[in-house]
Amino acid sequence: MKEFWDCFKNGIVGENPVLRLMIGLCSVLAVSVRLENCLFMGAAVIFVLTGSNLVISAIRNFVPNEVRIPIFIVVISTFTTIVDLVMKAYLPALSEALGVFIPLIVVNCIIMARAEAFASRKPVILTIADSLGMGVGYTLVIAAIGVVRELFGYGQFFYHQIFPSSYQGMMIMILPPGAFLLIGIYIALLNHFHRRDNL
Amino acid sequence: MSAMDLFKIFISAALVDNIILARYIGLCPYIGMSSNVANSLGMGMAVTFVMVLASIATWALWNFIFVPLGLEYLQIMVFILVIAVLVQLLEAILKKTVPNLYQAMGIYLPLITTNCAILAVTFFGVDYNYNLLQVVVYSIGVALGFTIALLLLAGIREKLRFSKVPQFYQGYPIVFISTCLLAIAFMGFKGLVK
Repeated sequence: MKEFWDCFKNGIVGENPVLRLMIGLCSVLAVSVRLENCLFMGAAVIFVLTGSNLVISAIRNFVPNEVRIPIFIVVISTFTTIVDLVMKAYLPALSEALGVFIPLIVVNCIIMARAEAFASRKPVILTIADSLGMGVGYTLVIAAIGVVRELFGYGQFFYHQIFPSSYQGMMIMILPPGAFLLIGIYIALLNHFHRRDNL
Repeated sequence: MSAMDLFKIFISAALVDNIILARYIGLCPYIGMSSNVANSLGMGMAVTFVMVLASIATWALWNFIFVPLGLEYLQIMVFILVIAVLVQLLEAILKKTVPNLYQAMGIYLPLITTNCAILAVTFFGVDYNYNLLQVVVYSIGVALGFTIALLLLAGIREKLRFSKVPQFYQGYPIVFISTCLLAIAFMGFKGLVK
């Protein structure tokens, strides 16, 4: 049980995929204009990550080493297709807002990296802990960026007006530069609070 | 379809809608491969090569096989597999026939399979209903924009090594702050193409 917790926590702080390992950045920056989009994107990534790594871990002893990458890709793209089709069917507006970034989960480096580094070597239970931890770590970062961008960009929180309606909105927070600026500041903050030697 | 329209597609793909700085796609190689100019040039070449070939291959598959047979729901799986196979093939062919070129960009090829920029361009080519010529021009434009952004950042990072960066901003944070300034500069291209 302790091992389960350690694997789970590792993804949130120790090896946070976005802020520590610098992977899976594209969707973090692209969809974080609205908090709602962030949460659904996080849910989609958690589903694909956990589902595909669970399958990869379960079949790890039957997969020949030489063809493992194509097999991983097929498993991951199956789960991505499920998410894509379900979103298009039941949440069309959201699917429109997230756009190409739902299909792009298939090349999200987080999933491939965890499949290669963790799921293809470890038992199923630990893999679930690791995937959930990584997914939650990803979702926390994307939500943290989303809160700031929506609040200062639109003066809103989950579409509710927070700032007075005379608030003009900081254009830079909605546009790409704001996203790059924020993630730079977040990584610097994490470096400040969790100093590591190999920066 | 005039030459002017093709030129517009090219400019908007390379500058106005720069794949990295305006659309946030392909950030992993952008951050990972930009530590020096030589590496980023090799990566840019490899991406250009694969991007053009991949978008031609997926365009042909999509229009001649998938749409007639009604298999559109397989898009994600097939496109990523086409790219993976293409990269493997290219690696083998280049190794045998053009060893010089392989030396220059061989080590970047395996990294490209999971490059989201390539997959995104194949999706966009299909989404925008481009014909073959437009797809080729579009993918060359995107690849050029990718290479420009990568080279610019690599140049900045080489200079950054000699600057005094505050302690907690050393490493990745300052790279993102530089990217932020680059993205602001690229916003100047907005409205260039009507």
